[in-house]
Amino acid sequence: MNLLKINHLEKSFGDLEVLKDISLEVNEGEVLAIIGPSGSGKSTLLRCATMLEQPDGGEILYEGFPNTRTAGKRERQEIRKYFGLVFQNFNLFPHRSVLQNIMDAPIRIQKLPKEQAKKEAMELLKKMGLEDKADFYPQQLSGGQCQRVSIARALALKPRILFFDEPTSALDPELIGEILKVIKDLAAEHMTMVIVTHEMNFAKNVADYIIFMDKGVIAEEGTPDEVFNSSNERMIEFLGKLSE
Amino acid sequence: MEIQTMLNMLLKGALVSLEIFVVTLVGSLILGLLLCFVRMSRFAVLRILAKIYISVMRGTPLMLQLFVVYFGPYYIFRVPNTSSYKIIAIFIGFVLNYAAYFAEIYRSGIDGIPIGQYEAAEMLGYNRVKTFFYIILPQVIKRIIPPVTNETITLIKDTSLAFTLSVAEMFTIAKQIAAGDRTVTAFILAGIIYYIFNLIVAGAFAKLEKRLSYYR
Repeated sequence: MNLLKINHLEKSFGDLEVLKDISLEVNEGEVLAIIGPSGSGKSTLLRCATMLEQPDGGEILYEGFPNTRTAGKRERQEIRKYFGLVFQNFNLFPHRSVLQNIMDAPIRIQKLPKEQAKKEAMELLKKMGLEDKADFYPQQLSGGQCQRVSIARALALKPRILFFDEPTSALDPELIGEILKVIKDLAAEHMTMVIVTHEMNFAKNVADYIIFMDKGVIAEEGTPDEVFNSSNERMIEFLGKLSE
Repeated sequence: MEIQTMLNMLLKGALVSLEIFVVTLVGSLILGLLLCFVRMSRFAVLRILAKIYISVMRGTPLMLQLFVVYFGPYYIFRVPNTSSYKIIAIFIGFVLNYAAYFAEIYRSGIDGIPIGQYEAAEMLGYNRVKTFFYIILPQVIKRIIPPVTNETITLIKDTSLAFTLSVAEMFTIAKQIAAGDRTVTAFILAGIIYYIFNLIVAGAFAKLEKRLSYYR
């Protein structure tokens, strides 16, 4: 089943066309990886899909909802509940403890009883291997721990789709593995995920489907095998540059 | 005059100074936040109006503003001045003036919050009002404590400007005592009281700053 369908998406910043006619589908339980060189439009695509940017044309259709581009304020609020986003820089709230970062939105926005929200937050922390950090503040944690908290924070709202915007790009190399492992575990539980990443091996191993973007278009797409063995010139050039 | 008598008179005046201080601080911190919203509004006209207001309030003497607030109603509308309006004029003048300074302090604090905080809040379903009060404002308060401390200390000393409308605050009384007594003792005592007052306030802010240092 399609949870998300994007049709002919277009986005420009001034004269710069960042996204040109992008179409894709996200199926339930599937992990979609979006790869490509810097400036190819991957992050803009993700920001359009999560309504942080307003596209100039095309459709973004979450299952059962109207096009986000033309949806009203109310509808957009409803659509927003459908997905979660994990940022490159975590964007945790520095004045709230780890536990509060996770349970504030369920309590304040979803009006969950405090006890239940706390219980669920603690379960998520346990899953992330951070139950002993519940009362810490973000500044006291490593980058990898912060990113795991931010994943837990997104999961606490029980999204149908979880987006990741380069989740390991702000991390020291030795911390990348712990995040990739968490995402792998989520994939094993059939969490539907869309991941913009620079980690090629990870994309190859975890993704069910890969989209390679270049200069605002989807230059190649398919299963990891298809994409990494593609004869597409730009794809070969991109992979060649990475291995240099 | 005996020092004890002098001190009693000054302390009575200090209560009026304290009253001006509290009313101004509370009033201008609230009005300043509202003014800051206007200053950062999406509507250019509102933004410009707020900018002009702040510029005028910061660019002209507080003493002159107090005179305008006090004598304005009489000269412009021929409303007779009553002596009970004096302290009210002081409150109005001080709040209007200090709100301009606090608005700019708030703005600097809000400008310093990374855009990612807003985006994270949006992703979690916070609306604009909840984002501001739950996510942004607590972080702003921590950032602006040092400049707010400065303004507050200045305010304590500025309360003495109420003497211009002969409101019976501490400095006005100190002047009266000195004129009759022909010594500077009253001024020195008043200075000591102002200083102690400032020490207490600065200490309170330092304590608040320390309490909020649990996060960066």
